[in-house]
This record gives sequence, C-alpha cells and structure tokens, in this order.
Amino acid sequence: MIETPHSSKIVRVAAPAAVALVVLLLWQALTAAYDVPSYIVPSPRVVFDTLLRDRALLLSSLGVTLGIALAALAVAIVLGTLTALVFVQSRWIEMSLFPYAVLLQVTPIVALAPLIIIWVKDTRVALVLCAVVVAIFPIISNTTLGLRSVDPGLLDLFRLSRASRWQVLTRLRIPSALPYFFGGLRIASGLALIGAVVAEFVAGTGGSGAGLAYQILLAGFQLNIPRLFAALALIAVTGVALFGVTVWISRRALARWHESELDPTR
Amino acid sequence: MDPGHRQQGEGPALSAAGAPAEAATVVALAGVDKTFANGTRALAPVDLAVRRGEFVSLLGPSGCGKTTLLNITAGLVTPTHGTVRWWGGPLAATGADGRRLAFVFQSPTLMPWARVDTNVRLPLDLAGADRATADRAVGEALERVGLQGFAHHLPRELSGGMQMRVSIARALVTHPDLLLMDEPFGALDEFTRQRLDEDLSTLWRERGLTVMFVTHSIIEAVFLSTRVAVMAARPGQLIADVAIDAPFPRDDAFRVSTTAADYGRRLSALVAHAGAQPGAGARSA
Repeated sequence: MIETPHSSKIVRVAAPAAVALVVLLLWQALTAAYDVPSYIVPSPRVVFDTLLRDRALLLSSLGVTLGIALAALAVAIVLGTLTALVFVQSRWIEMSLFPYAVLLQVTPIVALAPLIIIWVKDTRVALVLCAVVVAIFPIISNTTLGLRSVDPGLLDLFRLSRASRWQVLTRLRIPSALPYFFGGLRIASGLALIGAVVAEFVAGTGGSGAGLAYQILLAGFQLNIPRLFAALALIAVTGVALFGVTVWISRRALARWHESELDPTR
Repeated sequence: MDPGHRQQGEGPALSAAGAPAEAATVVALAGVDKTFANGTRALAPVDLAVRRGEFVSLLGPSGCGKTTLLNITAGLVTPTHGTVRWWGGPLAATGADGRRLAFVFQSPTLMPWARVDTNVRLPLDLAGADRATADRAVGEALERVGLQGFAHHLPRELSGGMQMRVSIARALVTHPDLLLMDEPFGALDEFTRQRLDEDLSTLWRERGLTVMFVTHSIIEAVFLSTRVAVMAARPGQLIADVAIDAPFPRDDAFRVSTTAADYGRRLSALVAHAGAQPGAGARSA
C-alpha cells in the first residue's frame, strides 16, 4: 500500500552509517597518530576487541540492566495508562492529582533513589521502582492529553446515539489517544533505560546481579577504560534499539490511519 | 406550534412532498432562546414547527444562530428558555420506531481509524443491533449514497465529497424520521455540492424523510426546500418563513428557472434587509 522510492530508503540508512564510519576512522587515525594511551582514550579497535573479549561479562550485565528497564517500562505503561484513565474521569481528580505527577517528574531520581533503595528490601524491585518513577510521566501526560483530544463532533454523535460512558471510552477516547500514547512511549522507553542505569549507579549493586552501570563504575575505578567504553557503547546501542522498537510498534499500530505515521513520500 | 404567526408562505408546499396538508408535527420549538454561559445571546425567542415530510432550510449569514437552533432541535444544546417537543413528547421518547432523529455535521466527522463500513455501522453498534441486521442496513445505506464499493476503505482514502457521503450513510443507517443537517456541503466545491444536493433531494422524497437543513447558500435553500426559514443575527432570530412552491423532482432546469430566480431574489432581499438593520428584523409574531 505504502511504497517508498527505493533510493530514499537506502539514503536513510546509508547517510548516518557513513557519518559513523567517518567518525570511527577519524577516531582510530587520531589515537594512532598521537599515540594516545588506551587508559585515556582507547581506539575503536581496542574497544571492539574488549567488547569481544569481555562479552560474557558485559552481555550478562546488559541482560540485568535491560531486564530492569523493560520491567520498569511495562509497569510505567500499565500504571501510567491507568492513571490517565482515572484523570479523565473528572477535571476535579485531574486537578487534585496532576501536580503530584509533576512533582514526581521534577524530583531528580538521584536524590530519590537512595530512599527507595533503603525502603524497599529487594534491590531488584527497588531499581525497577526508580526507573518507573523516571519513565512514567510522559505516559501519564501524553495519554491524558490524548484521551481528552477527541473530535467534539464525534463526541456529539456518540451523545446523540446515547452511548454509555464505557462505549465513549472504548470506541472513541482510547482509539483517539493511541497516537499520543505512542508519543509518550517513545520518550518513556529511553527514560526507563536511563532510570535503570542511574538507579544502579546509586545502589552500586555488584556480584551476580551487577548491571552495566556497575561495570562502568568498576572499570572506572580499575582504570579499565576500554571496558568502560565498551559498556557505554552497549548502553547507547540498547537505548537506540529500544527507541527503534517503539517506533516500529507505533508504526504498525497507526500507519493505516494516522498522519504522524503516513509516509510523506507517498 | 401555533402556525398562525408566520409572516409569509404558510404551509401548502407540503403538497409537493406528497404529505397531507395537516401532517403531524415532527418537532416544535416554542419560545426557545439561548444565552451562553459567557453571556453571548445566540438566539432570541424562536417559534418554529416542522411537520412530517417537510424540507425546511434555516438560511442566514454566519453568526445568526442557525447552528445553535439546529443543535437545540437535536437536543445537543439545552435552551435557556422555551420548550422543544419531538413528536409531541420529550427527547427521551425519541429513538423508537417512527421517532428517530439523525444528525449530519458540517465536517464528515468520521473515525479516522475505522473503515467506512465500521463508521457507518456506529449508531447501530452503539444501540446494540444484531450483526446480521446491522450488516444489511450498512450495505443498504452505502448503496443509497453510491459508495457500495468502498466499504473497506479508510476515510483518508476518500475525497471530501465521498467522506460526506459516508457521513450521510451513517445518518441514514438507523432509518431516521427526522434528519438534521448542519451545512453539510458547505466545504465542498460547487459541482460536488450540486450533485449531493440532487441526491439528498431524491433521498428525502423516496424515504419520506423530514429534514431540517442549515445553509448560507440561497441557491441551495431554494433548490432543496419546501420552506425556508430566514434568520438574522445579533441576536439570532427568525425573521421570515418562505414556502418554496415548486414541484419535485427539481433538476438543473429548475436551478436556472425564473421561479427559482424569483425566490432567490426574495430571500436575498430578506437576508440583506436583516443584515442592514441589525436587530430591526422584528419577529413575525
């Protein structure tokens, strides 16, 4: 149904890839030319080699961090959507509670995390909770906005047909809110990862449950800078991948009808 | 209500629609006015009765309260004073067989995520109609508006005129007795509008509908109506009631006939007079 000219699709991938290649080559050339020691700035090659060598350790740590981030994202989606549904029931509820959602958003998680970690016995749960606090706000605010952004004509039509509150919610408000929800989800996916990493930093959990943040901390203490870079690269790639997945899901859900996902080249 | 206080053109146009002269009153507004919460006086007291089989147009410039009056007639807006009776009863008694009303908005007002057939089916779904009945009604309604091949399309894949047809099909799907239309073709080009006007006129006659139609096009009002209620602004009020006494079906020849031109001139003078002297269009009562 939607066809993109082949060339533009290639360019969309090739252009940023070319930039990455140039930057990596330049980086490699500079570290070689100035003989920069790898405990200050490792060359891309060294980072890549470290990534391969330490893959067992790093991937298991990535698994821990990603697990926390995904669990937090899932909780944020469920809780955030439910909160938004409660908010749109009445202006009074929203007016009374929305400031507290904002409060949660503006309080730095680094300041909150120690408390949460003290209060919650299970560290994993505490970490997930921290990430939820960071990730939930865009879901709440976007979904609330979406549930309210209903075509007034359609609302009149539902009233004329004597639709129940439930029918208005399920057949009108929720479908209208989907594009807004997915907008919130994109932001929340990145925030969940950030929240997970920050919380790990604060908790400093080592041992078998050590996440990528702990590996970064440890590598820093040990001046194992190549490993630090390798962990950093893994986090970055994971963040991009998470974002990509949410974009893909939103495109799958909305491409048929919503302007934001229609192919502009069509 | 009491039909005695209409300025001109009292009723006989009904004969053209094939309805008896003493047809039952479908909707009656008595002393209905509206002042919005912000203090805007949208409508001065209005008396208006629409009988079965009539095609009544509300004609007037922007801001003369046409849409407010129509929304009150639909029960979407509660009047500040006055009463509205539907088939002699309250709004709650509508919706039964022979007492159904449907509304067509200025814009197509379709659910962008739903296919054409789902959009048309909506009023039946909300009322909890069974599947087979609904399927049949949807197919029939789409055929009525000439969109039988487009059931599985999405609204955005259709032109503006086709979207408006979907909107009309959705209004027809419940077999309404009273059809309220708020400038439905106002945003369309002249050719599309003329075609839809013709189709609507045919539909009205074949289905024995009663229609209240808001428009600011004099030509459209003359072409479609058995009766034109002329409105003036500041505050919105009814200033004249003109019966369009010409036989149906009306075609392109009627559009350019002297009869149509005469009515057009008359309505035009009424609207211009009302516009020139705001508030001076004394109510015909």
